[in-house]
Amino acid sequence: MVRDITLGQFMPGTSVIHRLQARTKIILLIALIVFIFLCKNFISLLLITLFSLLTILMTRISFFKYLKSLRVILFIIIITGLFNLFYGSGVILWQWWQLTITLGGVYNALFVIVRIALLMMVSAVLTYTTSPTDLTDALERLMKPLTVFHVKVHEIAMMMTIALRFIPVLLEETDKIMNAQKARGADMESGGIIKRVKALIPVLIPLFVSSFRRASDLAMAMECRCYNGGKGRTKMKVSHFKLNDLFAAIISVTVFAGVIVCNILFPAVI
Amino acid sequence: MSVIKAENISFVYSPGTAFEKKALDNVSFEIEEGEFVGIIGHTGSGKSTLVQLLNGLLRPSAGKIYLDGKDIWEKPKKIRNVRFRVGMVFQYPEYQLFEETVYKDISFGPGNMGLDEEETDKRVRKAAEFTGLKEELLEVSPFDLSGGEKRRAAIAGVIAMDPDVLILDEPTAGLDPLGREALLSQIADYHKVRKNTVMLVSHSMEDIAAIADRILVMAKGKKYMLDSTANVFAKGDELEKLGLKVPQVTKIMMMLRKKGINVDPAVLTVDQGFNEILNCLSAR
Repeated sequence: MVRDITLGQFMPGTSVIHRLQARTKIILLIALIVFIFLCKNFISLLLITLFSLLTILMTRISFFKYLKSLRVILFIIIITGLFNLFYGSGVILWQWWQLTITLGGVYNALFVIVRIALLMMVSAVLTYTTSPTDLTDALERLMKPLTVFHVKVHEIAMMMTIALRFIPVLLEETDKIMNAQKARGADMESGGIIKRVKALIPVLIPLFVSSFRRASDLAMAMECRCYNGGKGRTKMKVSHFKLNDLFAAIISVTVFAGVIVCNILFPAVI
Repeated sequence: MSVIKAENISFVYSPGTAFEKKALDNVSFEIEEGEFVGIIGHTGSGKSTLVQLLNGLLRPSAGKIYLDGKDIWEKPKKIRNVRFRVGMVFQYPEYQLFEETVYKDISFGPGNMGLDEEETDKRVRKAAEFTGLKEELLEVSPFDLSGGEKRRAAIAGVIAMDPDVLILDEPTAGLDPLGREALLSQIADYHKVRKNTVMLVSHSMEDIAAIADRILVMAKGKKYMLDSTANVFAKGDELEKLGLKVPQVTKIMMMLRKKGINVDPAVLTVDQGFNEILNCLSAR
């Protein structure tokens, strides 16, 4: 059933990571991802892996949830891993017909697998520990400088908030309309591709109509509360950087510096 | 023979996930042909889930549902035939309208049944007549109708399939008192003329009291009782414990009786109540 798809991944909590500013988390996440890809040898990769795992542990969300986020891209990880296995140079370990596996290829595969897995899991740290509202609010403030180039930052943020908010509503609505049409004998489970696409018309049209109705209702409700865009709009809860954000930044920067040092001190393997 | 028979049916939403929720728990009952059955229950009591099971939109997690003595899930590929025989009008059915004209929308069901044009035309016009849609409205876009007319058009779309069992889930929700009364009396008239089985889900006792033969009371996913309308409302105290209200006039009768006045509490409409009080007064 459609409603089984879980979106909104936020898991409320009070851990150290939860309490960080959304802006801090976004900036450090981007930096962390960059450094995950900058690792050139096993020592620096180990360092960044340990740091990521420590962060994950500090969220106090079951590790199983993070593994679950990996399941979605398991296929991609396996395929890229396999391709990298055959791509590389150095000592030949195994050879058959056109296929050769070299030591360099093994390293490449190992690195790529660890990198993608870490990338997914640290991104999950952000989405698991930050509410969608905080997230869009932080994005809006981080993108603020772009207003110089006439980018409508506030509007973009508002659209994101509204879109996120309405995904579950629309899913539920789709489910309802599909059931109603099935009750009138609509057949959506059999037939070729063209027949199936045609069978979607009785679902899509009511869905469109109700989306427009919802949108205009929402616009009306917002205007009734005097909403007229971001200009001059103040926030009820203004978030400020605090001491814990500074600590998080210092610790992260130390780790990032460590990665650079390890990259210089030890020979690169890829 | 009973037209619908539910045997120990249970239903669980999203089994095996964090969102697992038991909506129905071991429910059994039989509905006779030609009956008008009301289904009442508090929000979340499982009544909407129950009716979706009856026409095969949901498959029971356990138990069996029989239509004319045959298990409806015997041949899962043929479930569409069950849906044609057990017509289902959802809550706020006007949101399912999609065709260019009301006529085309009402004929969507009959068209899916594979009926020829002549038969379809006959059924569309008949369904429009039953629901009180004016002839000239058949050629306009359903999106240009008023709220009440949209509701009628959507109900006509199900009636046009001429189901042996018609299930209506809160058909009067959101209508004004006049529209409510008119729609309910049309449903009652339809039932009288067509002589088929009708099941009406509602949490308005007043709606059901006047037209249902029997009432199925649901509570927390279980069948609380299934009995004649008078017998169900005679147990007004129990219904109130379930968070359900008996009709106001029934409640007055119950209060009068508590004060020691000898009236029959199983009174369902204001007219009956009026006569009952008159009888009581003249007996003095």
